[in-house]
Amino acid sequence: MPKRDDIKSVLVIGSGPIVIGQACEFDYSGTQACRVLREEGIRVILVNSNPATIMTDPEFADATYVEPITPEVVEAIIAKERPDAVLATLGGQTALNCAISLHDNGVLEKYGCPLIGANVEAIQLGEDREKFKGVVERCGAESAKSLICHSMDELLAAADELGYPVVVRPSFTMGGLGSGFAYDEADLRLLGGAGLQYSPTTEVLLEESILGWKEYELEVMRDHADNVVVVCSIENLDPMGVHTGDSITVAPALTLTDREYQRLRDIGIAVIREVGVDTGGCNIQFAVNPDDGRIIVIEMNPRVSRSSALASKATGFPIAKIAAKMAIGYTLDEVPNDITRETPASFEPSLDYVVVKVPRFAFEKFPAADPTLTTTMKSVGEAMAIGRNFTEALQKALRSLEKKGASFHWDGEISKVSAERALEEARVPTDGRIVLVQQALRGGCTVEEVHDATGIDPWFLDQIALINDVATMLADAPQLTPELLRLVKRHGFSDAQVASVRRMPEAVVRGVRHALGVRPVYKTVDTCAAEFAATTPYHYSSYDEETEVAPRERPAVIILGSGPNRIGQGVEFDYSCVHASFSLRDKGFDTVMINCNPETVSTDYDTSSRLYFEPLTLEDVLEVIHAESQAGPIAGVIVQLGGQTPLGLAQALEDEGVPIVGTSPSAIHLAEDRGAFGQVLARAGLIAPKHGTAYSSDEALVVAREIGYPVLVRPSYVLGGRGMVIVYDDDSLVTYVEKATEASPDHPILIDRFLDDAIEIDVDALFDGEDMYLGGIMEHVEEAGIHSGDSSCTLPPATLGDGELERVRVATRKLAEGIGVRGLMNVQFALAQDILYVIEANPRASRTVPFVAKATGVPIASAAARVMLGSTIKELREEGMLPPTGDGGRMPDHAPVSCKEAVLPFKRFRTKEGVAVDSLLGPEMRSTGEVMGIDVDFGSAFSKAQQGGGSALPRSGAIFVSVANRDKRAMLFPVKRLVDLGFTILATSGTAAVLKRNGIPATLVRKITERDDDAPGEKSIVDLIREGTVQMVVNTPSGQDARADGYAIRAATTSADKPIITTIATLAAAVLGIEAGLTEEIRVKSLQDHARDLDLYGRRAAATAAATAAATAGATA
Amino acid sequence: MTTQTPLTVPSRDGRSAPARVAATLVLEDGRTFRGSSYGAVGETVGEAVFSTGMTGYQETLTDPSYHRQVIVMTAPHVGNTGVNTEDDESTRIWVAGYVVRDPAIRSSSWRATRELEDELVDQGVVGICDIDTRALTRHLRERGAMRVGIFSGDAADRPEADLLDAVRTSPQMAGAALAAEVTTAEPYAVPAVGDKRFTVAAVDLGIKAMTPALMAQRGIEVHVLPASATIDDVLAVGESGPDGVFFSNGPGDPASAEREVALLREVLDRDIPFFGICFGNQLLGRALGFGTYKLKYGHRGINQPVMDRTTGKVEVTAHNHGFAVDAPLDEDSDTAYGRVRVSHVCLNDDVVEGLECLDRPAYSVQYHPEAAAGPHDAAYLFDRFVELMSTRQTAHQTTEVNA
Repeated sequence: MPKRDDIKSVLVIGSGPIVIGQACEFDYSGTQACRVLREEGIRVILVNSNPATIMTDPEFADATYVEPITPEVVEAIIAKERPDAVLATLGGQTALNCAISLHDNGVLEKYGCPLIGANVEAIQLGEDREKFKGVVERCGAESAKSLICHSMDELLAAADELGYPVVVRPSFTMGGLGSGFAYDEADLRLLGGAGLQYSPTTEVLLEESILGWKEYELEVMRDHADNVVVVCSIENLDPMGVHTGDSITVAPALTLTDREYQRLRDIGIAVIREVGVDTGGCNIQFAVNPDDGRIIVIEMNPRVSRSSALASKATGFPIAKIAAKMAIGYTLDEVPNDITRETPASFEPSLDYVVVKVPRFAFEKFPAADPTLTTTMKSVGEAMAIGRNFTEALQKALRSLEKKGASFHWDGEISKVSAERALEEARVPTDGRIVLVQQALRGGCTVEEVHDATGIDPWFLDQIALINDVATMLADAPQLTPELLRLVKRHGFSDAQVASVRRMPEAVVRGVRHALGVRPVYKTVDTCAAEFAATTPYHYSSYDEETEVAPRERPAVIILGSGPNRIGQGVEFDYSCVHASFSLRDKGFDTVMINCNPETVSTDYDTSSRLYFEPLTLEDVLEVIHAESQAGPIAGVIVQLGGQTPLGLAQALEDEGVPIVGTSPSAIHLAEDRGAFGQVLARAGLIAPKHGTAYSSDEALVVAREIGYPVLVRPSYVLGGRGMVIVYDDDSLVTYVEKATEASPDHPILIDRFLDDAIEIDVDALFDGEDMYLGGIMEHVEEAGIHSGDSSCTLPPATLGDGELERVRVATRKLAEGIGVRGLMNVQFALAQDILYVIEANPRASRTVPFVAKATGVPIASAAARVMLGSTIKELREEGMLPPTGDGGRMPDHAPVSCKEAVLPFKRFRTKEGVAVDSLLGPEMRSTGEVMGIDVDFGSAFSKAQQGGGSALPRSGAIFVSVANRDKRAMLFPVKRLVDLGFTILATSGTAAVLKRNGIPATLVRKITERDDDAPGEKSIVDLIREGTVQMVVNTPSGQDARADGYAIRAATTSADKPIITTIATLAAAVLGIEAGLTEEIRVKSLQDHARDLDLYGRRAAATAAATAAATAGATA
Repeated sequence: MTTQTPLTVPSRDGRSAPARVAATLVLEDGRTFRGSSYGAVGETVGEAVFSTGMTGYQETLTDPSYHRQVIVMTAPHVGNTGVNTEDDESTRIWVAGYVVRDPAIRSSSWRATRELEDELVDQGVVGICDIDTRALTRHLRERGAMRVGIFSGDAADRPEADLLDAVRTSPQMAGAALAAEVTTAEPYAVPAVGDKRFTVAAVDLGIKAMTPALMAQRGIEVHVLPASATIDDVLAVGESGPDGVFFSNGPGDPASAEREVALLREVLDRDIPFFGICFGNQLLGRALGFGTYKLKYGHRGINQPVMDRTTGKVEVTAHNHGFAVDAPLDEDSDTAYGRVRVSHVCLNDDVVEGLECLDRPAYSVQYHPEAAAGPHDAAYLFDRFVELMSTRQTAHQTTEVNA
């Protein structure tokens, strides 16, 4: 049956900010869905609070609402837009939960817009663990024995019945939040208690342990005619016990016979039918007992998931796209397979390669967090690699992580003793366990020993042992022969690994390899193992015989993507890469994308003219460039859009003779090198905060005293704010230098004057050598010192005046000229005591580019790509890509305020004792994502951003206030306002006293350390927060004394999921936001309307003028 | 031509790395691939075909339909789960040669009893590994299935022209009558599981073990007969003749199976319910008067979408066929046995995948509802056979009563 004709408009619900467990894979799936629906002539209405996504770009929907994904707001959008149907299966758990609320409160029925893709009954059958057990049973399969509990008593009784260890799984949480293993009653009290809290239905499932079993996942698609196909099988290298998002996974499944695989397939299909998923994709997870093959169905998601994105990239079968087509009525056999064009989508992809996905973690950002991998997902990103065998794919995947120590190595000798130590360590799953396994095998542990310790299937272990064997052959060989090089390459060794084994420079290895003619060929991901011809150039490298790269005629622009998501380098950079690809394709270039992140839009096979799914290392990138230069002309390589990863390759690529377009590597160096940048500033007459370098704590003290406290200190050898702290006195400085870092002649400490109470300003600008287009000027809500990625900010800047904006404009232009920018540049300024300091300038796309594009309605990333390829800003203005006059640096007076807020993952990370890690913000970035709120004024926009970020500001109740001495004066006015607005204030003694003296009533509460032994029943602030009495917490950190208390308070707030404010500037903003939330109705406005009203392009003004002129002319006649 | 010994990973505890010698694969159009020996060392010739299944190599290797064929596995790793005592589809490995990219050195499966490579060596199956199997597959896709030789050890040292000559003088698949080479020597019976409801005569043209097993599960006692069976042999099955007759899959060119076609016509003439799979489908086609032809490179894999035109549903199915029936898709055909429709069609390329007689109790499919290896989507076809026989039985009884 073809498309349903009763659906003319669809509301697509997105997934909101990037958080752990729900990342940009939903931008990929949502973008695909929006494209499909629009191609089908359906009006697409989209809601997603995340501005960094491609899907929220105005051209992907007819009406794009960057608004909080809450039932109230989505209802307002439905009331305004009156869609015929709602599609919620492509926006992760967030969209699904929102859809269920809209169903439960009758909104969907009221407005006559049913869910398509999956009905509520199916969603509940899939998600409700008890009901799902019934489903599994009816399908003739087994679930793990389990019991549902709603209280601690029930939990304890259930555990007695099942026997420890037990698995704790809270219901209706995303990415396995709050789940884990309880080995004894103490564990259970901790985990189970938290789980009851996390579950929106206060429901926790206790389950028999299937720790160490083999884990599999199937991606299944169904259409409304009940045709079902299994798109992909995925096998976890890490056995049961590690969340699949944190596991190394492999596609296709490699250690099942056909009988066992078909049994999984039969169960999977039976389950999707029994659950009644109408149409679309779902995934189903299995555990298989390695000793006897007993199969347990773990869970199923009746929606597109992270694994579906991986499966789509792994097979070339675009699950989200097909799911969208199924949702509007097509059947699988009516939809052609994009890649072959000749055959239908009603088939099951066959792979003639192996795909390996490895997770990327960010534990270094949360040193207090327990790095043990459990059933709660903790990774922040992932890399995928494709090879013609497992060893090749695995080694490529590990180097795609771009993390020191992530790849296998053969440094030095390894004794049996150290091997056994490594094995002992590998018993506990952690980030990097695979390298411990490799070292243990290398040091003489047997496959059996390692299997016993880790549960990893012997087949995988044997393959890792094989890699070690090959390394030994490489080390022992008298010389590098073509046969030997081909062998090591076929097992995925990088030039760098060969170099380290052979103790020679990497460049020499590469030189020898090229001289011997050992180069990779590029194969195609074609869904069908070459059975049919493929039309889509989606390639991966392999050291095989025949290449499939086709010749081309148009000049190619090669765009380097940003690699795995990590904190500080996320979807925002993918956004810029994708825009560059789209706009350059429009302009007649062939675009060639190189990236290894399966979650992104950039690695969708139809985003660019060609896609190379490859690691972003110098070697891998050079080989792609070589292959493409054999295929046709190359216009240049773009390294400035994918963040630090490609930027770091710029110089080396240029040294190899690769044409870099846009800002040159030498200009990039000018901005990155402290000394060189100092000279740029001096020539421009600009100043930076005072700074110095120290090699010891004594030197550090000298420098600090000279430039004056507070100072910002950090090791010189790390980037991205890692290890950076603000220090207020000598003692702390000495402690930092001696304990927190290893200062040495190679690794000095950088010390910067920290500007207290400075306003931080972020600028994104475009420069072509002649003209500058100021994309936007953003003012941070938090004062300087909080990493810009973790700050909220506003555009237009909420408090800056015209004079200040002009100074920023002039300074930005001078920097662009001084550095020699051709394309985008991001500058961070600090304004303190009316002096404008330059904190840093980065001649590349920044994290804020998508936010700026949405706030101003100007596609600056696309424009940047054009400038890099030689267009001038003048031309782009004439062409209409940029506004004819003016820019985002001076917004019209009537402009609404856009507010960006960071979303932080503290709730995910717990210490070994099970307490949430500290939520204090600092100079080191820790947010995983962001949301945007647009509204008429700052307060309303800020309120929306908080709501979008998941911690809506309170409307009434008690607010706890405890601030550092330096903040006591600044707190008075906002706290007074909160009282006026009807809130009750709770405060600790110091703060309460100040409030009282200023006539502000506050209830005194005790800190934990002040607990009165005479009044044992009295509750401490932590108790009050835990029991939900406190609606918001204001806690600015003071010195050492109150540290422990502050931490306990913040950790409790994080666990209770209430807003926490840790800077005084945010408090002021929050008060404005609370006030806006109290007094105003929900206003929603699409980005399209926003841009039209903003009218930076002057189109509306011109139309009005023309109309007026016509009217006047008419009147005259 | 002297080839160098390939680099071999040394043995290690827990596994003995097989000794590899140089091997060459020569296609009849002259393209050659050089790799390492896999399985037995020596030489072999056959028809080169590729299979895209990612699981089920043990079933594939032991499927008699692959007799005289050299199988190119597109799945890169083969042998991961070893071999076990349960998954064989016949008593031996039938493939003439085996081409894989990365053979497993050590298997892992709780059911495995041996390494696959040991089994290949014991059964004398000559193979080649470490070659660009994707390049070879693409070549076969573009040029069509063709003859091939694999030469390893001393055989590989011969001049290339000799090797090519050996390939070019080997027998062609077109015109080959192979049923006699793969069929059972003696008839045997597979008892029904539970109550016996029907008795079926199954003519073994290369039958897979799963086929009688699935029938038996449905209460059918299966009498497997050699390919040389006559109509009298068939009619001798059961107390009053068989309730149904089945023609199995098998190797070779259906155009060379005149004797079997004649037998099938005798069955049709008697209105005995008939079900055919694969070769059996081609024979039904020929018995009904349709032609058969050789596909360019055939269908071999377990992911093929087939439309059941009766229900409009798509099933994902296991295929292994190089020949197909030439019957009109858009209209029923009038044949000597009444109206016949194409019941199933492959959605990839519109090849006829099933025939159904509208006026006789006979139907067949080109693909493999018995799967093994492959998805179980089409298992309902065995139920259809049961229904056909039930209807027939009821009708028969009714007739008897009326008489």
